[in-house]
Amino acid sequence: MSKFLIKKLATLLVAFPVLITNAQDSLNEKRPEMADALRSNGKIYVVVAVLVVILLGLFFYLISLDRKISGLEK
Amino acid sequence: MLRNKWWKILSICLLVYTVTAGFLGKVPVKPILNEGIRNLYFHVAMWFAMMIFFITSAIYSIRHLRKGDLKSDNYAVEYARTGIVFGILGLVTGSIWARYTWGAFWSNDPKQLGAAIALLIYLAYFVLRNSVTDLDKRGRLGAVYNIFAFAMLFPTIWIIPRMVESLHPGGMGNPALDTKDIDSRMRMVFWLGAVPGWTLLGTWVTTLHIRLRTISDKKLANV
Repeated sequence: MSKFLIKKLATLLVAFPVLITNAQDSLNEKRPEMADALRSNGKIYVVVAVLVVILLGLFFYLISLDRKISGLEK
Repeated sequence: MLRNKWWKILSICLLVYTVTAGFLGKVPVKPILNEGIRNLYFHVAMWFAMMIFFITSAIYSIRHLRKGDLKSDNYAVEYARTGIVFGILGLVTGSIWARYTWGAFWSNDPKQLGAAIALLIYLAYFVLRNSVTDLDKRGRLGAVYNIFAFAMLFPTIWIIPRMVESLHPGGMGNPALDTKDIDSRMRMVFWLGAVPGWTLLGTWVTTLHIRLRTISDKKLANV
């Protein structure tokens, strides 16, 4: 193998990761902003938990109303 | 149906699924919309539930005209009432969403205008009903008007918004909810969780209203 070819290969090997990260950077710039930070911090689970509690509370309220009406019907 | 339990439990499960999968599930990454795309499970589901309630209400009105019974009339009124509640929730949630995607709470979008007109037509149903004291007349007049109100849903929310340019997806002949807007992950939560979940919840509340109305009708008959 000629020295020239080895040199070329070496530069390619060195340059390749740089090229990839550059490509990723430009991808990241174009990517619209999502709530990634919120999710990675785990905070979105707090919101989901709160909503589930509210929903369940409303359901219990509804069930008790349902029972009361059933009582009235008798 | 009225006193069965399984569909009420199903409604609870579907809504809990909608809320958890709706927030934690993956969604397409889009500019401007961002995470707001998740409103599909809440805002859009309100409209689907509303349409189902109005269709049910119209069917009961037709039944009332054929049979002349008080029961069908009660069903028609209560389903229309729940439909209006869901429609108002749809308008309010929609204008909040619009504020942060299109820049204004109200931008006279054809779908906004159409939905507002349709709801006003349905509100008039209650004005008309409550202005008649005779029970039979109220029932028949209400049923005829309710069918007319339902017919007006076709131009106001199903035809005109599709023919003109709109900020909403689904204008100019494009089907709404097409593959460019949402993907199969969202479709699953929407069709399996949100639409049946919210519809069943509304049905539950409606049946409670119907049962209360039946009790008070019985009381009136006994006095």
